[in-house]
Amino acid sequence: MTTVEDPPAVIQAPERRIRILERPRATTGKFSWVTTVDHKKIAIMYATLALCFFVVGGIEALFIRLQLAQPDGTILSAARYNEFFTMHGTTMVFLLGMPIAAAFGNFLVPLMIGARDVAFPRLNMLGFWVFALGGLFLYSSFALGGAPDGGWFGYAPLTSTPLAAGYLPGRGTDFWTVGIIMLGIGSVATAVNFLVTILNMRAPGMTMMRMPVFVWMMLVVAFLTLFAMPPVTAALIMVFMDRNFHTNFFNAAAGGDPLMYQNLFWIFGHPEVYILILPGMGIVSEILPVFSRKPLFGYSIVVFSGIAIGFLGWGVWAHHMFTSGLGPVAVSAFGLSTMLIAIPTGVKIFNWLATVWGGAVRLRTPMLFALGFIAQFTVGGLSGVMHSIVPSDTQQTDTYFVVAHFHYVLFGGLVFAVFGGFYYWWPKVFGTMLNERMGKLNFWLMVIGFNLTFFPMHFLGFEGQPRRTYTYPSGMGWDTMNLLATIGAFIIATSVAVFIVNVIFTARRGERVSHDPWDGRTLEWSIPSPPPEYNFAVVPIVTGIDDYWHRKYTEDDEGRLVKLPAGGAVDDAEHAPAGFDPHSIHMPSPSYWPLIFAIALPIMGYGFVFKNWYLLAAGVVVAFFGLNGWAIEPSAEPEPSGTEAH
Amino acid sequence: MAQAVVTTGSSELAPGGHADHSHDTNTGVSNPKLAIWLFLSSEALFFGAFISTYFLYRGRDTQFLKGPTPDKLLNIPFTSVTSFVLLMSSLTMVLALAAIQRGDHRRLRIWLLATALFGATFVGGQVYEFTEFYRQGLHLGTNMFGTTFFVLTGLHGAHVTVGIVWLLLVWSRSMQGRLPSEKSEAVEIAGLYWHFVDIVWIFIFTAIYLIPTH
Repeated sequence: MTTVEDPPAVIQAPERRIRILERPRATTGKFSWVTTVDHKKIAIMYATLALCFFVVGGIEALFIRLQLAQPDGTILSAARYNEFFTMHGTTMVFLLGMPIAAAFGNFLVPLMIGARDVAFPRLNMLGFWVFALGGLFLYSSFALGGAPDGGWFGYAPLTSTPLAAGYLPGRGTDFWTVGIIMLGIGSVATAVNFLVTILNMRAPGMTMMRMPVFVWMMLVVAFLTLFAMPPVTAALIMVFMDRNFHTNFFNAAAGGDPLMYQNLFWIFGHPEVYILILPGMGIVSEILPVFSRKPLFGYSIVVFSGIAIGFLGWGVWAHHMFTSGLGPVAVSAFGLSTMLIAIPTGVKIFNWLATVWGGAVRLRTPMLFALGFIAQFTVGGLSGVMHSIVPSDTQQTDTYFVVAHFHYVLFGGLVFAVFGGFYYWWPKVFGTMLNERMGKLNFWLMVIGFNLTFFPMHFLGFEGQPRRTYTYPSGMGWDTMNLLATIGAFIIATSVAVFIVNVIFTARRGERVSHDPWDGRTLEWSIPSPPPEYNFAVVPIVTGIDDYWHRKYTEDDEGRLVKLPAGGAVDDAEHAPAGFDPHSIHMPSPSYWPLIFAIALPIMGYGFVFKNWYLLAAGVVVAFFGLNGWAIEPSAEPEPSGTEAH
Repeated sequence: MAQAVVTTGSSELAPGGHADHSHDTNTGVSNPKLAIWLFLSSEALFFGAFISTYFLYRGRDTQFLKGPTPDKLLNIPFTSVTSFVLLMSSLTMVLALAAIQRGDHRRLRIWLLATALFGATFVGGQVYEFTEFYRQGLHLGTNMFGTTFFVLTGLHGAHVTVGIVWLLLVWSRSMQGRLPSEKSEAVEIAGLYWHFVDIVWIFIFTAIYLIPTH
């Protein structure tokens, strides 16, 4: 494990050029978090910040619900309401959904494939800081001339009419276009990193078809991100140009085609839905086998279903546009392809059920969240199939039925999976167990609150309540359902508060647990909790799916589990092999440069939004400075002389 | 950002925590090279979106608004020459890579500079073309041709400019003696980006200059 290779031909003489911002060395202490390239610390930062944005987006949702609790609500003005629903959607998609997947992926992918870090630790750091600064950039719009208010989809020509004469005056839409482009850069960087890590850095014996399903799903998600972000970036550039530089991309009076925006947006937007949900499916696929004490039913089928969802996801975007007048042929084709997606999704649901079936089920908090995922995601999936039937969709478009549908998939699905993941991997990340009683309270409050909020919206949709409308008159028959939904939203808020209390409680006096408290199956449970910086003292050699499980258990002649005698391979978790010296593992060093490049992006962003070319030029200079420093600095410092093998 | 990662050459982590040895990876392709291929695949969709938009709006140039049309504006012989220069820069790029691989650092620097110079010639031609069109009355908002032409070719020009800066960075590292032959991959990766930008231009040139609109 030592770096016994010949040192690269040029072991540089001590660096002279980069005196300013000399390499940071601290790997502990508060400041080390700013310069860290450790995938586990980056994961914790991703999760923390994503949760903050989750709370902010949630507060926006609470205001929306308060406004709609009664007819003729007066809590928000129409303009403020537009800002809140726009920022609620934008936040939950780009500042919760995508970064929380990056959080889980960052922590787990290297551990699950037996790697010591991701392929490009500094690129990883860049991804986080672009997310953090991009999120703050978007939210700074509230203070700098109005928040985005054109919906998270930002349809042209609503958004693209020139600034002065436009439907959406104010800088909000410019913040939105520039902010999403910025976040997209970070997402693509992260996607490239995950792809290279998964394709290139697996431990010996960890073939593709032995990877945990979560890793597979992250692989599919990374491909989707890689190919989905460019079209939306193009669309956003066009909107920005139309608003600010009088181009006519979406100006029908000049020959532009607003439908092109919808095509470009949804060819990103639909794969984006799978970018959000597939990590959740991966998390659930990890939790269910552990708490059922059975291997995942039909591993390869689950994997191929995930890949199939990824592929089919490219052929369904126009089902978001059934009422835009595409014509019967296109509409029928996209209706059919949408129905097809239900097949691999249904296959997965049955595989999960079969995994639980007949298992020795332990209803601990992670398992509860995973089961909640299956039930609620199925409801959302079924209403999705209803949308694929074009006449029915035409009726439902722009009503609360659609709101109910995608919250069942994304909240009932993704958010439940994420909370299950928190409870499941918490002991691995921090070495302490989240309180189980508070966890169950968290779960039940969330189930009740979630269903109370969103189930009535199905009926509201059928009765015709339109989305994105800040108020409604009384006498429409919508009052009771809306009030119920608002009460439910506050129950959800309570459940999130319980989670936060649980986190604080656990941090103060959480129960310390062993490295493998759940009797896990995958490699991350084979190492200490929290994992050391280098992850694996000895790089594992993998011999099958659920390798760690088979190091612990075997089966007797009748197929019953038999625990292997302790002292074998299992013990390597807490005790590194004799004579192991952690300093012999050469890990990448912390760095400032990705942070500097990340800081350049909002500077350029403000330059674009305010058309301040000096600011833009300053941003370009900072970016160049960052990239150049990054390029010159080696990924890892050479060992201090003397320790290098000769 | 792919730029920075790749120019660091080969010091990223490979499995097992060893300093990089490309054959250690599962696919046999080194991490930076795999990364640049993936990044370029993403870029292909970016240009794909703009080229599709160009085709969608082609021929709509003066149906709605007045202003000069492409058949009056485009100076095909001129742009053919600058395009030829850009394509030749791919050849010098290949020669640069071949030079460093056989350890000829002097020729590496010459060919890198030649590539950057050819690229700059192309961008210079583009700047000339833009000002010429502007003088003849074609602005971003004049008609659909103005909208699609300036944005599509402008974004391509920006990519070529980034490539020139990248090549100059590689060149300066070589001048400082910090680009030994073992790190030839840094040149190869800059080259992959450069060839990609060239290939994209073949599509754009065909779409705008060679397929008649009227």
